[in-house]
Amino acid sequence: MLSLENITVQVGARKLVDNISAVFHPGKMNLIIGPNGSGKSTLIKAISKQLDFKGTVRYDKKPLADLAYHELARFRAVLSQHTEVAFPLKVWEVVMMGRYPHFSTQPGPSDKQAVEEAMHYFDVTPMADRDYTTLSGGEKQRVNFARVLAQIWYSSPGQMRYLLLDEPLTFLDVNFQYQFMHKLQQLEQKNDLVMVGVIHDLNLAARFADSLLLLHDGKVLTQGTAQHVLTKENIKQAFQIEPEIIPHKDSFYISF
Amino acid sequence: MPTLSRQYSSVWITLAIVLAIVFFFSLLWGAIVITPNEVFSSLANASSRETLSLNERIFLDIRFPRAVSCVLVGASLAMAGVLMQALFRNPIVEPGLIGTSSGAAFGASLYFVLGATLHFNAGVWTLPLAASAGGALATLAVFALSYRKEGGQSVIPLLLTGIAVNALCLSGVGLMSYLARDPQARSITFWNLGTLSGSSWNSVIIIGIALAVCFGFALRFAKSLNALAMGESEALHLGVNINKLKIGVVAVTVILVAVSTAFVGVISFVGLIVPHVLRLIKGSDNRYLLMGSALLGAIVLTLADLVARLLLAPAELPIGIVTSVVGVPVFVFLLRRNKHYF
Repeated sequence: MLSLENITVQVGARKLVDNISAVFHPGKMNLIIGPNGSGKSTLIKAISKQLDFKGTVRYDKKPLADLAYHELARFRAVLSQHTEVAFPLKVWEVVMMGRYPHFSTQPGPSDKQAVEEAMHYFDVTPMADRDYTTLSGGEKQRVNFARVLAQIWYSSPGQMRYLLLDEPLTFLDVNFQYQFMHKLQQLEQKNDLVMVGVIHDLNLAARFADSLLLLHDGKVLTQGTAQHVLTKENIKQAFQIEPEIIPHKDSFYISF
Repeated sequence: MPTLSRQYSSVWITLAIVLAIVFFFSLLWGAIVITPNEVFSSLANASSRETLSLNERIFLDIRFPRAVSCVLVGASLAMAGVLMQALFRNPIVEPGLIGTSSGAAFGASLYFVLGATLHFNAGVWTLPLAASAGGALATLAVFALSYRKEGGQSVIPLLLTGIAVNALCLSGVGLMSYLARDPQARSITFWNLGTLSGSSWNSVIIIGIALAVCFGFALRFAKSLNALAMGESEALHLGVNINKLKIGVVAVTVILVAVSTAFVGVISFVGLIVPHVLRLIKGSDNRYLLMGSALLGAIVLTLADLVARLLLAPAELPIGIVTSVVGVPVFVFLLRRNKHYF
């Protein structure tokens, strides 16, 4: 369980995130949505210990402030928008970086196994020896998914695992977006994995979220299931544009 | 998926063998040619100095420490190049370009000229300390002046500020050379272009100790520096304490460069050429690069010193000229090949 208690991020006089509290449970797809500047990216940065904030973030019972970066890295992974490497590294070297928090100088057998399985899961095994810098955007992001998943590949008793997603699907075409969401949906069924993601596309949110947090002006506008959050009124208030909600099978989609 | 060490050990072994061969020839060749027999006999009778012939004494007191110096300085400079490139995530950065070397030269020359007047003395470590202080100050000045609140540390401001600080430090060196009475410090070419002709066992020991300590630390940074190749936030997510890493890497780099520079002057481009060649051979893992650059740096500097010794024998060419002749084309090539380095 990941809980946020009265999180505020202030830059100068402006509150980017204004007193947000929320609880994210394992076994669910928790997604955060909101317009540009609503504070969703800032919130995920606070949760992943990238910036200073007021309030308390707790991983299980432990406050984030008491967790050193190297401890945090053993059970919490973060996937960002796009990752470039400065030097020509092989794909398997990049994926192996996900195991860095778990070994000191040389990877052990379990590290290699995790890398192999994660690469297999995201279909990047055939490109294991290719230079990461020569891959296409979609291929790179598959490699990063494998790296980030390798980081928290094994469950350990008494320890939840956390996967934070900072708009990982932006710049990907629609085919990749759905592929990744389906893979994440499979993963989310593990009952020791807490998944929290920022996502841009409201239709993806409607289709995949178990629990949604809609932000507006640094505050929570509303939260709950997709049906409950993605209403005409809420979307209009947050995004300043009137949508049309169209029922489709047992779900719905949003058109503007 | 091969393990790191198995994948790279063939490169390391090859380099070690080449180094042994090159080192052996650098013991023999120079203004005076020393035979292998003289090498062995002088080593066997090193304890009874009076009985040695002139050639044997030249070998023991001049040639041998100089050859060892080449190995140690080459290793130091090349490793410093790897560390700086990893830190700035850019393969065109090297200690000679961002003020470290010239700052160290200024610190050392300041000590030569003013040390006696200021009663500043810390035994054999005084010179390396003065050089490290100068190198650290110049490097920090370049960092601070080229840092932008928006966008952090980018390469163009870094290199341009490096040019300015280099110019300032080298004119400081020029002034000190002008004022100097010490014959070694008096030669401005010694500081600006470097030479290993002043090597002694004394300097070998000091450079050796600094290198051994820095090598140990550098290898411990290797994994974190690999993660840094993906950017600061990704490294942070993998558990790297970025600020601690930066301070550690800068400290180790400054010591490596400054201690060498204190004894041999500014030798540029070794830290640029060596990592580049190693990346072409096998890859960009920093553990591989650090081990490989220690070996290949030693080879490159030993070869450069052989050229410096032999080309105009019995006169000598400053070694910095040799490394620049090779290094500048590599630098220009790197600049032209990949725009994204800016």
